[in-house]
Amino acid sequence: MDIVPGILKGDKRSIARLITLIENQADEARDLLKQLYKFTGNAITLGITGPPGAGKSSIVNFLAKKFRENNKKVGVIAIDPTSPFSGGALLGDRIRMQDLTLDDGIYIRSMGSRGALGGLSRASYDAVKVLDAAGMDYIIIETVGVGQSEVDIIKLADIVALVLIPGMGDEVQAIKAGVMEIADIFVVNKSDMDGADRLITEIQMNLDLNQDKNKVKPPILKTVGTTGEGIADLYKTIIDVQKQLQDSGMLTNKRKTRINQELQELIREIHLKQIISSFETQIRIFTEKALNKEIDPYSAAVYILENAKL
Amino acid sequence: MTGSKTIRVLIAKPGLDGHDRGAKVIARALRDSGMEVIYTGLRQTPEQIVEAAIQEDVQVIGLSILSGAHNFLFPRVIELLKEKNAEDILVIGGGVIPEEDIPGLKKAGIKEIFTPGTPTSAIVEFIKNNVKV
Repeated sequence: MDIVPGILKGDKRSIARLITLIENQADEARDLLKQLYKFTGNAITLGITGPPGAGKSSIVNFLAKKFRENNKKVGVIAIDPTSPFSGGALLGDRIRMQDLTLDDGIYIRSMGSRGALGGLSRASYDAVKVLDAAGMDYIIIETVGVGQSEVDIIKLADIVALVLIPGMGDEVQAIKAGVMEIADIFVVNKSDMDGADRLITEIQMNLDLNQDKNKVKPPILKTVGTTGEGIADLYKTIIDVQKQLQDSGMLTNKRKTRINQELQELIREIHLKQIISSFETQIRIFTEKALNKEIDPYSAAVYILENAKL
Repeated sequence: MTGSKTIRVLIAKPGLDGHDRGAKVIARALRDSGMEVIYTGLRQTPEQIVEAAIQEDVQVIGLSILSGAHNFLFPRVIELLKEKNAEDILVIGGGVIPEEDIPGLKKAGIKEIFTPGTPTSAIVEFIKNNVKV
């Protein structure tokens, strides 16, 4: 089956193939994406992020089932870290999603982060477009287990849910500047464990300190990822947040910002590549010169860019 | 802008067999040799394995089995791959598999069988030599 018509029909093989081409940065990937672009924009993207071991995969598993019960098609992109040394990766998110595999309305793809540092992989942005064009109603993106500063998920998701677990107490204080600021929904998972209520209090206190009083306060929900307890509420909350975003025009705003960023990044990427390849010799000569202190790198860069304008 | 191609491998445990130490060791060795390894966990049906392999677009499926049901489960995976037009995926197997069963499994389409004692480097090398990237 040809890839583009295949994807538009939701054929999983075609979806899988294009995502591989994107991951390998193959030339034809971009041409295919150009053809698919006009079919995107219908899916709601949902980011699930949180520290390692918080239960992100288990929550994705239960949520995906909930979406299916409501007759929605679901795409899942689950990202795990790539080793910076070997380039290899162990992708284990599917272990928690075994019973989703044979559902026709679900497509799951595991991805290595392949050097990206913000909790996603470079290819995940375009992979979402593929799933969107393939007719998924919801696309769930599960990030790498994050620490404080991996917040790239806001560049990709319409709605971000941050999964935290009890026993982190002071850690909530520690992470308040990074991932704590990007959540539309807080999920306190493993809430059958000691300290769940204290964690909720800590999150609430943190939110109360927020300067922006006009901002809607993100809801905080309790779940148990081993049994699925609380997932129905989480599902309902996601739908509510989605409705708010749509009705207030926020969704369109978010997407506009995102496209603007993407466009800038593409310009940077394409432009940089052109400059680097057409000024290869000069860059090499200036490198030598800077090494011998005959020129400083600042002046060299300006010199090369001035020439690039021609 | 053709980038590098990473070999993707699905490591799967078909059937009712709860022992995955071996599978995990292999998964780790393949990761350390630069491959992306998808591990799907215990007790997978051949249907689940083949579907996951297609969704993940892997070039290799590594089946690990210690329960003795390899003569049924391994060929079943090959059969399903054929049904889905995915027979280009290389299938290898490992675990406690008697010598005398190996020729039959290979005939069924399993490219190689690795029994206990095989150095992990041999498996890495076999994959690298047999996968078209």
